[in-house]
Amino acid sequence: MAFTEQQRADLTAQAAEIIARYPKPRSALLPLLHLVQAAEGFVSAGGIAFCAGQLGLSEAEVTAVVSFYTMYKRRPVGEYHVGVCTNTLCAIMGGDAIHAELRSHLGVEADEATPDGKLSLERIECNAGCDYAPVVMVNWEFFDDQTPESARKLVDGLRAGDDITPTRGASRLVTWREAARILAGYPDDQATTGHTAGQPTLAGLRIARENGWTPDEPPLPAADDGGRS
Amino acid sequence: MTPVPSNPVPSNTVPSNTVLTPVLTAHWDEPDSFTLAGYRRAGGYQALPRALAMPPDDIIAMVKESGLRGRGGAGFPTGMKWGFIPQGDGKPHYLVVNADESEPGTCKDIPTMLASPHSLVEGAIIAACAIRANQAFIYVRGEVLHVIRRLHHAVAEAYEAGYLGANILGSGFDLDIVVHAGAGAYECGEETALLDSLEGYRGQPRLKPPFPAIEGLYACPTVVNNVESIASVPYIVARGAAAFAALGTEKSKGFGIFSLSGHVTTPGQYEAPLGVTLRELLSLAGGVRAGHQLKFWTPGGSSTPIFTDEHLDVRLDFESVGAAGSMLGTRALQIFDETTCVVRATLRWMEFYKHESCGKCTPCREGTYWIVQLLDSLERGEGSEADLDKLLDICDNILGRAFCPFGDGAVSPVVSSIKYFRDEFIEHSKRGGCPFDPAASTLRGGSQGSSPGANTAGGSWRSSAR
Repeated sequence: MAFTEQQRADLTAQAAEIIARYPKPRSALLPLLHLVQAAEGFVSAGGIAFCAGQLGLSEAEVTAVVSFYTMYKRRPVGEYHVGVCTNTLCAIMGGDAIHAELRSHLGVEADEATPDGKLSLERIECNAGCDYAPVVMVNWEFFDDQTPESARKLVDGLRAGDDITPTRGASRLVTWREAARILAGYPDDQATTGHTAGQPTLAGLRIARENGWTPDEPPLPAADDGGRS
Repeated sequence: MTPVPSNPVPSNTVPSNTVLTPVLTAHWDEPDSFTLAGYRRAGGYQALPRALAMPPDDIIAMVKESGLRGRGGAGFPTGMKWGFIPQGDGKPHYLVVNADESEPGTCKDIPTMLASPHSLVEGAIIAACAIRANQAFIYVRGEVLHVIRRLHHAVAEAYEAGYLGANILGSGFDLDIVVHAGAGAYECGEETALLDSLEGYRGQPRLKPPFPAIEGLYACPTVVNNVESIASVPYIVARGAAAFAALGTEKSKGFGIFSLSGHVTTPGQYEAPLGVTLRELLSLAGGVRAGHQLKFWTPGGSSTPIFTDEHLDVRLDFESVGAAGSMLGTRALQIFDETTCVVRATLRWMEFYKHESCGKCTPCREGTYWIVQLLDSLERGEGSEADLDKLLDICDNILGRAFCPFGDGAVSPVVSSIKYFRDEFIEHSKRGGCPFDPAASTLRGGSQGSSPGANTAGGSWRSSAR
């Protein structure tokens, strides 16, 4: 896929900003790949050539990096990319059943988009939400405590264009391409929206509060003691 | 320590002594805990001016004195790591926060950064000041979008407040922090692989020595620390090393977040002094889910050998868990009850290691591939007892022979599950199939109980396509 002249100009300007964040330009490669993925929805040959050109690398060097990391897709995925955790704990708690249900319901293979381009499906590894197992991610936002039924409802809702919000995330679910742009280091305005801590996150804190348990803390020193108490 | 009866785990007895010590988690239930204002209200950013007023070596000494050991799994003393950074060498120094939380079962850093990113930012500023770094990076895994938003937001707020940038709070110390999102690779949690990734390469480990403290990022002195390690630093500076060291055990000091998941009544984050036992934590968490018994568990993620109900009273500190044959790791307590097939659990962990092996060294790349094939056939009931010896032989050829700790971690579930549940592996071969009903071990499936021999549902769920 070739970029339009306008796209290329925008990407080049943003690439310069990204490269400027780092002491050495090549450190910008991962965010640049997120950036071209945001532009096209996947990392195309054109995207690889663009990144190589910005950093003075060969296309082979960039391709070697792309193929190492699972979040870079070499063909279009859905507007909503659904990841079902099937690592041991989630798999046993229901992740295997959820994945089987979605796979047959959507009729797609791994990382393959549905014909309407709305959805794609991937088995993901542990996403660090084990206390909310089984976990499903949509465009890397958490949908916790899923069942095959709830996951099916979720993808049907996404396909129908319903207003879907993550169980632990921003208040508006962004598209795959919008998510990639955030990963490139261009956050949207949703940081202060949505969720901070669900029930499991607060489980221990609640019990400590009920029992009046605290670490036996010496009082904070007064602010004007020169920091030397 | 409250005396407790032996199995089964009591489900509703809360010990009278203080078991939990919320420090990092203490303000997570405030709706704005993730903002600068919310963090300040909870006492945040009081350590920073103190640290900036101290000679950097005194900060290092203080962290050494606290006894803080790395919270990312290995448990290396944090202050000592900082002390390895050569001073006056004329090279730039770097602080890199390892926020690539990916060890199966580990789920403490993600909630920390979602609820309290400023505790990480404040800790990072203090750590950078101590090691004389003017540039820090937070390398966060890419698959956690809202966490990444929160980190960017916290860093932006810290710049606005004058906690980052040039001449921080008039101290003359300059620091920039860049939030860097990874792209999906477990191996990048290994510190040298993380550095390669941050330099824009495939995330593969480097030969050590040289250690990152001497030649890290861009071959310059670099400290790589876990999120929780760094987030613990403000408490140490604000309250003093002694306050931190007063908690925990003699050699495993301080508090840590213990993450309970799986077949437990109330899964979640429980912050406690190191040395707490699973029995104590389970008693607070309502025990193993109703009507079921503990079968096996991981003390610190899938790379730490599994434990069974024999180990409920092992103190969860570095020394005691090590002496009992496993590792404290990341305190990722994954709980599995008697409905769970240990062969299936081990197979799934090995599929993970096979998928995530970076491919750099032969023992890990090839060994994990062969282990998966053997376990797969064993789980289907097509293996034999001789396969167990073959598995252990392959493990023996990975352990200690891989390029990085990944290989050692990968064999942990295999060796430990055969050690404790050899008969269950053999039972699969004898029956010609799995004796467990996977539906019984699901989140909503526990109440129906297990029905031995009903493996058809399991068969239909199996998925070979990765």
